[in-house]
Amino acid sequence: MSDTLVKPTSPPAGAPPARRRNRLAIAGGAVLLLVLVLLPVLIGNEVAYLKVAQYILIGAVGGIGLTLLVGQAGQLSLAHPFFLLVGAVSYAVISGEAEAGLVGLGLPPVVGLVGAVLISGLFGLAFAPVAGRLRGIYLGVASLSLVFLGLWLGQSLESLTGGTSSGRTPPNFELLGFVFANSQPAPTILGIAIQKQQRLWYLFLVLAVVAYLLARGAVRSRIGRAWRAVRDNEAAATAMGVNVTRVKAGAFVVSSAYAGLAGVMTALWLDLVKPDENEFTGNYSLTVAIAFLAIVIIGGLGSVPGAVFGAIVVYGLQQFFLLGANEFGWFADAQFGGLTAVVLSAFVYGAAVVLVVLFEPGGAAAIGRRLLARRTNTTDSRTDTAVPAASGGRERSPERNDDDPRA
Amino acid sequence: MNTFLQLLVNGLGKGAVYALLALGFVVIYKATEVINFAHGSLVLVGGFLVYELKDTLGWVGAAVVGIVAAALAGLLIERVLLANARAADHNSLALLTIGVDVIITEEVVRRVGADIPFIGDPYDAQPIQLGAITIFRTQAIALVVGAVLITAFLLAFRYSSWGVAMRAQAENREAAALMGIRSSRVTATAWLVAGALAGVAVLFIATQDFSGAGLGRGTHAIALVAFPAAILGGLDSTAGAVVGGIVVGLTEALSAQYISFEFSKSAVFLVMLVVLVVRPSGLFGTKELSRV
Repeated sequence: MSDTLVKPTSPPAGAPPARRRNRLAIAGGAVLLLVLVLLPVLIGNEVAYLKVAQYILIGAVGGIGLTLLVGQAGQLSLAHPFFLLVGAVSYAVISGEAEAGLVGLGLPPVVGLVGAVLISGLFGLAFAPVAGRLRGIYLGVASLSLVFLGLWLGQSLESLTGGTSSGRTPPNFELLGFVFANSQPAPTILGIAIQKQQRLWYLFLVLAVVAYLLARGAVRSRIGRAWRAVRDNEAAATAMGVNVTRVKAGAFVVSSAYAGLAGVMTALWLDLVKPDENEFTGNYSLTVAIAFLAIVIIGGLGSVPGAVFGAIVVYGLQQFFLLGANEFGWFADAQFGGLTAVVLSAFVYGAAVVLVVLFEPGGAAAIGRRLLARRTNTTDSRTDTAVPAASGGRERSPERNDDDPRA
Repeated sequence: MNTFLQLLVNGLGKGAVYALLALGFVVIYKATEVINFAHGSLVLVGGFLVYELKDTLGWVGAAVVGIVAAALAGLLIERVLLANARAADHNSLALLTIGVDVIITEEVVRRVGADIPFIGDPYDAQPIQLGAITIFRTQAIALVVGAVLITAFLLAFRYSSWGVAMRAQAENREAAALMGIRSSRVTATAWLVAGALAGVAVLFIATQDFSGAGLGRGTHAIALVAFPAAILGGLDSTAGAVVGGIVVGLTEALSAQYISFEFSKSAVFLVMLVVLVVRPSGLFGTKELSRV
């Protein structure tokens, strides 16, 4: 917490660079958003690339949810895949049609999406009494039980999940009569037809941006301060008037809701809701729990932009290698058991996790923060003699200095 | 009744294996306060070498090599990675072991490839008939080996100078260092022992009797089931690890028979949840107190 104490002391002299940095950040953000909006046009008709980008957004939304819980609120959780499953199944049940032994309410997909997020949050709330009692690794392993529970429920409640053999098809998303599926004729942007995958991309982009902004808002506000207070010292937080039980439960609910949203996105991305056959492979398995944790660690615990970066590394690379395998025949000589796309991406992100912990425990967020600080420092020394001592201290701060909302 | 007795013996045999794995978690946790998420990959390393070498060295030779290799792999992880990350706190180091785990597991699984071999040749799939009850030979041998190893371990932990040093360090790292206990050596041996125990455990796990699944991702997942065993008993209690292992083994065997096979793994975790809700630090774990 040292930096939060130091920050206010940086004199007004630090203000102009900060404002400049702010303006720069806004400009950078706008350019990035423009690129993302135009991505279908830039990519053209290569839908496979667009699928990779969509997948990264799924990882980003889920990762943001987990980084809030693990990094900001200090509660280790491996239960993320469970909430993904809850979200995916809820969406299919609420909006899907009742057919051939499947339960489906047939409500509008928007209701399904919102409902899935809410239901995931409620499941998180149901686990909160357990989560509130446990700390650190005990909580981590306890949350692991949800993954196993999800595996079993997914297999036994076939009328909801569709079962492990065939699964069920989630309904196409639909908003105000606009269906997120292929259509004839399709609207075009700069000559590129906006078909199902392009539409999904825009849907995912909107969801991810909203998720991102909400998370940033939470981190910067009273909620985020309460999370960090509880993380750093529960006794002290209580003394400051923070209701520890409620704040911890709240963090779990928010994180599960994010995971639920990521689950809906997964269902739409795969065009399939199918529970896993075992606990170690599949879309809602232990592997996914570890992948999400890797996203959070690589990005820097508690950093929202970091989670997005982590998603690019972990989720992006995997799909990128898979794409390379399909399109260009990479790893073609690797038979079963060879160096495949999935194995290679696991190597990369496993190594990234090790390197991050060894050399930069703050993750990508800390590196980014340091680069920014260096730049502002040099402009400072030109315009003003008052170099904020804070940045030096922040660089070397041994603890997780992830609570700098500007980073 | 006969079924029940059968389940009891088989469950205890499984429990002994889980106890071996849980002891590994506990030893490392006591020495360093780090949770070793890479335990499953140590299991795989040992099992993989047995699989590779058993045709050339014979099963016994391969088993010895596998155990030694798993122990050395543990030592290597500690010496090369963890010992060089002094600045990082325990939780980050636990996360680091996740990274290690991902890499080793992927490598072993891809090397094993499509085979998914069973490695318990001398005893696997040769059930023992005792009157009306049938006992899996693997589980019976596991029970004996587990009992011997656990007793030896607990005695060593209690009476040998290594055990005293280990307990002293767990009690108070700085005071122990001031008394001339080499912290690095204690830590290194903890990883060595944990690795060796994992190497023994895999000889029983990757069998038809135990899991029906050969060496592969399934083995790794079974090692994860030892997590609840360690947590259930209390992460800093060696006796707790043994009790936890047995509880897990029996829960799995009984629920697989009386409820459903699919449910058995979830049952283990549900039992752990119930225990944790009542006792947040496990059955025998030290309660965490916060002083204001």
